[in-house]
Amino acid sequence: MHPEDLAEKAAQFRAEEAAIKREVRVCMAASCQSSGAQPVLTALTEICGDGKGMCHVKGVGCMGLCSAGPLVAVADKDCDLADSVLYRDVTPADAPDIMQSVCGAPVERLRCSTEQPFFARQQRIVLENCGLIDPDSFKDYVAVGGYSALVKALSEMTSTEVLREVTTSGLRGRGGGGYPTGLKWSTVAKTPGAQKYVICNADEGDPGAFMDRAVLESDPHRILEGMMIAGYAIGANKGYVYVRAEYPLAVERLQTAIRKAKGAGFLGHRVADTQFSFEVEIRLGAGAFVCGEETALMASIEGLRGQPRPRPPYPAEAGLWGCPTLINNVETFANIAPIIRNGGAWFAGIGTEKSKGTKVFALAGKINNTGLIEVPMGTSLRDIIEQIGGGIPDGRAFKAVQTGGPSGGCIPAAHLDIGVDYDSLKTLGTMMGSGGMIVMDDSACMVDVARYFMEFCMTESCGKCIPCRAGTQQMHGLLDTIAKGEGTRADLALLAHLCEVVQATSLCGLGQSAPNPVLSTLRYFREEVEAKLVGE
Amino acid sequence: MQQPQPKPPSPSEDKRWKLVNATMRRHGYAAHALIETLHSVQEAFGFLDEIALRFVAESLDVPLSKVYGVATFYHIFMLKPKGRHTCVVCTGTACYIKGADALLAGIHTRYDINTGDTTADARLSVLTARCVGACGLAPAVVVDGDVFGKLTTDSLITKLEALD
Repeated sequence: MHPEDLAEKAAQFRAEEAAIKREVRVCMAASCQSSGAQPVLTALTEICGDGKGMCHVKGVGCMGLCSAGPLVAVADKDCDLADSVLYRDVTPADAPDIMQSVCGAPVERLRCSTEQPFFARQQRIVLENCGLIDPDSFKDYVAVGGYSALVKALSEMTSTEVLREVTTSGLRGRGGGGYPTGLKWSTVAKTPGAQKYVICNADEGDPGAFMDRAVLESDPHRILEGMMIAGYAIGANKGYVYVRAEYPLAVERLQTAIRKAKGAGFLGHRVADTQFSFEVEIRLGAGAFVCGEETALMASIEGLRGQPRPRPPYPAEAGLWGCPTLINNVETFANIAPIIRNGGAWFAGIGTEKSKGTKVFALAGKINNTGLIEVPMGTSLRDIIEQIGGGIPDGRAFKAVQTGGPSGGCIPAAHLDIGVDYDSLKTLGTMMGSGGMIVMDDSACMVDVARYFMEFCMTESCGKCIPCRAGTQQMHGLLDTIAKGEGTRADLALLAHLCEVVQATSLCGLGQSAPNPVLSTLRYFREEVEAKLVGE
Repeated sequence: MQQPQPKPPSPSEDKRWKLVNATMRRHGYAAHALIETLHSVQEAFGFLDEIALRFVAESLDVPLSKVYGVATFYHIFMLKPKGRHTCVVCTGTACYIKGADALLAGIHTRYDINTGDTTADARLSVLTARCVGACGLAPAVVVDGDVFGKLTTDSLITKLEALD
């Protein structure tokens, strides 16, 4: 198949819906469903009828502002979120008014401005289709240009050219480490091996992170497209998506996407009538945080306990079943199609010097606008929290923002003006992680937060290496003593020492980074910690 | 050529074993299908008992010790039966900051059970999860598979009381 053939197909899919002028889009991502989106969709569909008229009601993916769900957008067909009339906190009782507004004046009492910074300040690349297309519809995806990057790569580019574009883009792994994606792909491509694998890490284990969930639930074909382009570039014909069992909706939509892509000839034997074949299988996680670590994840796919092993050899050389394996996270794969479509140089023009492109963040905790946002790398934390996030609720003051999950740390108010990228967060003693941002107000006790994360690492430690298994236990005990007001200066010194030991001697990332929340607390909130000691 | 091992008969007439066998067959009874198979058992029966673990071990030709190792390593696998209803309280960071502890305390006060326990009448089990990804609606719980957000202790207890 050539790009023109696909473009024709897309035009044909659009023509099938030419009669539809207006769309009523109901967010059917997990968050809005929890807020009651299904009855809203049912009520709207009942009023609208069979959808053969000029208006069409459809379920779409995540629109981002979870705190205002269920969200409903009324828009001209082909108009994106910014140009739609958005309604918040919709109930089934509002359905008649909303349907009335399709051809009339907006329902003011339900209005949610799309001009507010939460929407206006975003730049959507990864999330460009989220909230616009029906995630279960192959036609919807193709109609907005889906699979055009894959067809372009397969029909017009050599694998080396694909690798070059990805390298030029400067894309770095979105799972947390920030390893250059082009370099990783090139290494696997260069490694000889008859059988190679592509793995999509969708084991989004960081508490407070739900970006990958939203992408899988809203735009699943996008991930398949990215994985297939990767397979073509490195010479692999088999892929696995390792997804958390805690995300049943994401699994369901991914299964549907795989089935439909296969049915349309865009996955499986001879993808899009080319010589390239690619199979994808889903593997369910089973609730082990450590399986986000790549070697543990591969052990889990092999049906074993998810325990990491020392690297090297890296998965690029000896990964799944000893074969060269490329492993990237969901958001990384979601960036691939636009990079191939628009070129690596386009992508490299967005973001900061060393961190290119955009980043999706999940805002949660004590912040007014909770949900998902996508901003260019380098956007300041202050912008994200005060402007886009709408500040702290209940008139309280900002105290800290936690990034990087249990491997990251808390950033105090003094550093809010820093532009967020991989390197700036590292200098602050935390890390990008997968993109969860949890905001805390002045009621938060930082010792308690540090203890919370240590309890997390302690329970999630796989038990293979002693520093992590025993160290997290000891550090948790010390933090508990201090939190209860029974700690001494000697306890604090011992805690700091243990942090260094565990960081330096643990086998995998879980143990090596487990001390980070404690270290960042000691760095920025030392007075608060010391005030808890006996006799202070 | 090595003859394939004959597969053991299902432990009982229970039709749910067919689902389990289908999963193993789909993966060609390969050892790496262990986790998928355990998922399948738990989905069909609600938990993994000794009979199931032995059956899966024999079918996939994996030592029972390894099957037990995997079943106990992953948090999602339950080795004892759950109540008719389950309430999973999310204890992810966002939910923690917004009062997941209070929800658990509320459940303890009302039903006198802790995390992992089931009420004496086998009506309700309470569990915790590391993060269900509903951080935007924190604090969140999953009751019988449905996620509910922005809860208070009172609204949660009302919800649990309303279950049959």
